Amino acid sequence: MFIVSNRNIFFLASAVLFTAAILALGVFGLKMSIEFTGGTLVEVSYESIRTSPEIISESLDAAGLTGYSLRESGELGYTLRTGSLSDEQRTFLASMFTVGDNEAKIDQLSEIGPTIGVELRNKAFVALGLVLVCILLFIAFAFRKVSVPISSWLYGFIALVTLVFDVVVPLGFFALLGVVSGAQVDTLFVTAMLTILGYSVHDTIVVFDRVRENLRINAERGRREDFAATAGRALGQTITRSINTSMTTLISLAALYLLGPESTRVFALTLLVGIVAGTYSSIFLATPLLVAVERWRAKR
Amino acid sequence: MWQRRVAALFILLVGAGLGWWVMSNQTSSSRPFKLGLDLSGGTQLVYRADLSSITTNDVGESMEALRDTIERRVNLFGVGEPIVQTQTSGPLAAEREERLIIELPGVTDTNEAIRLIGQTPVLEFRLLKEGVEPPSEGLTPENTNDYFEPSAITGKDLASAQLQFNQSFAGGPSEPVVVLKFNAEGSRAFAELTRDNVGRYFGIFLDGVAISIPIIRESIPDGTAVISGGFLPEEARELARNLNYGALPVPIELISTQTVSATLGEETVRDGLMAGLWGVGFVALFMVIWYRLPGLIAGVALAVYVVVMLALFQLIPVTLTAAGIAAFILSVGMAVDANVLIFERTREELLAGKNIDEAIREGFSRAWLSIRDSNISSMITAVILFWFGTSLIKGFALVFGLGVLVSMLTAITVSRTLLMSVGLHARDGFTRFVFGSGFQK
Repeated sequence: MFIVSNRNIFFLASAVLFTAAILALGVFGLKMSIEFTGGTLVEVSYESIRTSPEIISESLDAAGLTGYSLRESGELGYTLRTGSLSDEQRTFLASMFTVGDNEAKIDQLSEIGPTIGVELRNKAFVALGLVLVCILLFIAFAFRKVSVPISSWLYGFIALVTLVFDVVVPLGFFALLGVVSGAQVDTLFVTAMLTILGYSVHDTIVVFDRVRENLRINAERGRREDFAATAGRALGQTITRSINTSMTTLISLAALYLLGPESTRVFALTLLVGIVAGTYSSIFLATPLLVAVERWRAKR
Repeated sequence: MWQRRVAALFILLVGAGLGWWVMSNQTSSSRPFKLGLDLSGGTQLVYRADLSSITTNDVGESMEALRDTIERRVNLFGVGEPIVQTQTSGPLAAEREERLIIELPGVTDTNEAIRLIGQTPVLEFRLLKEGVEPPSEGLTPENTNDYFEPSAITGKDLASAQLQFNQSFAGGPSEPVVVLKFNAEGSRAFAELTRDNVGRYFGIFLDGVAISIPIIRESIPDGTAVISGGFLPEEARELARNLNYGALPVPIELISTQTVSATLGEETVRDGLMAGLWGVGFVALFMVIWYRLPGLIAGVALAVYVVVMLALFQLIPVTLTAAGIAAFILSVGMAVDANVLIFERTREELLAGKNIDEAIREGFSRAWLSIRDSNISSMITAVILFWFGTSLIKGFALVFGLGVLVSMLTAITVSRTLLMSVGLHARDGFTRFVFGSGFQK
């Protein structure tokens, strides 16, 4: 199996990707949406021509808005993010964007109070924790039987390592996306991450299950085979399945990203990246790591 | 063999019938899809109830009164299918909050929505604390609590209000007053209150402002109270009218708003539909190209899956949101996962020299454990998401969880029945080709 025999290339590729993601996270950071911090999000659009951002900024300043961020969205719209609005500011929101007779229409207005934001943020952390605990239990359950030449906790440990990879890569990508398109961490992003976690861990477990099945059959038939060959064979048996299950999901997500509603576009992209990372790691990272660890232990 | 074919035919007919039923439900509007605010356009307002003037055992009752009053008010303005519900902040909130969530489909102007709710008066009755002089001036909503303590009576005890003109002394112009009539429970409480507190000052507060602070001179058993606050006739008339639609027992404060315009909602529905159609189409196409005959059958099973899900959306009914549509499209891609697992296993069995019937049977039974495990891990995610959720995420989790369950059924049962009914047993080249996959000839 070329993936196992050329594993160092894939380790290098994974390390580069992982480091890039960590760097993106460190340098750009993640921006929290108003859902978690409290604040106001406004989407406005114009009929045929967009008034220039300088003029709008002036108008917003005049209305007493401070610390806001104004971003062009689509061809004819703006996205405004700011703190909480006073009743008066809310009343005149549409007129702030209507300079001259180019009338602006409010497509969407969300105001989130700080207490709701705090509650949601706490809930997001707990949900993340719960999913992680459930996945740990799931891994522990999947690898409860002891096997040779690698003890079962090592399978679990490597499954966890790939899981970290699956999470960090889309996080880093999202940090980059935040700079490029102003994407922010909201409840949909948390949902995407949790979905990725549940989806990816299973892919890895299927490959490992196959490795152990092959080991068992070898033992039953008294066949001697190098561990790398056994693991490589398992990978070969499951690779089409891994790629195809991801492929169908990626196809539907691509449709959602390209044709779907604006409000779930970033969500679809995050899932796309996460599932690609998850599939990559279960094929090119998990089994090669398993073989490398076995080699290292055998040498000692 | 013929039983299998009958079963397969039955499944196809049920699928087609269900599809027709879903269509006719939608076109005749007898049981249309239920759209969330982000799809239909509308406004959601979240208020925090200020319960500082309420004893803790009254909280539930007051929140109910709050909900009923707002509901009546909203219905009055002819908003179609409004939702008014109370919510207690979860254990993870910084502090305990009682909230009122109001959803107004079709109202796409936030200011109008706020005005609509804001017209509801807040009526409070409070007793002056003992040993405190009544404030002659400088009583503000902020320092009210320094002077007054809550009483057992609130806006929820009000039955009706009426405008009357009091003959003033010395034949001057008559003064408009508003006469409050309490309901049975309110009357009893008011009688008790006035009996036990003769000589104390009693404040009637409207929207947090003291309107009149009379002294209780005697017990009032007939359940009426008079507000005379130097009103103009027009003011008094409007107050009486507003009070008649109900008064809030406690003040509320707006903490969140969410408005989506109708055009944006329509766009979201249209784009979601497009993405769904193309998603299903391309997933089915991929399956046919890679897995050939079994792939085609997986495509049919996928169509059955889509129809069953749509029927469930109408039946339950599931309130569809943009996130729910996203979950549905995601689930389309995951629904055929089970088929991929089964077909890959079947192919291995074929390569191992089994005949087609046997290989299919083995493929299904051996792939089952893997299918079960992957669905369990997805279900765990769905359940946790449902708990985590705001209404947006709940919509996602519900559709996602439902999709996992239904797809397990369709991808296994439907495709198994259909595949078994094809009846290709021969080991000729054609059969091998249609059961082959990928780049294999």
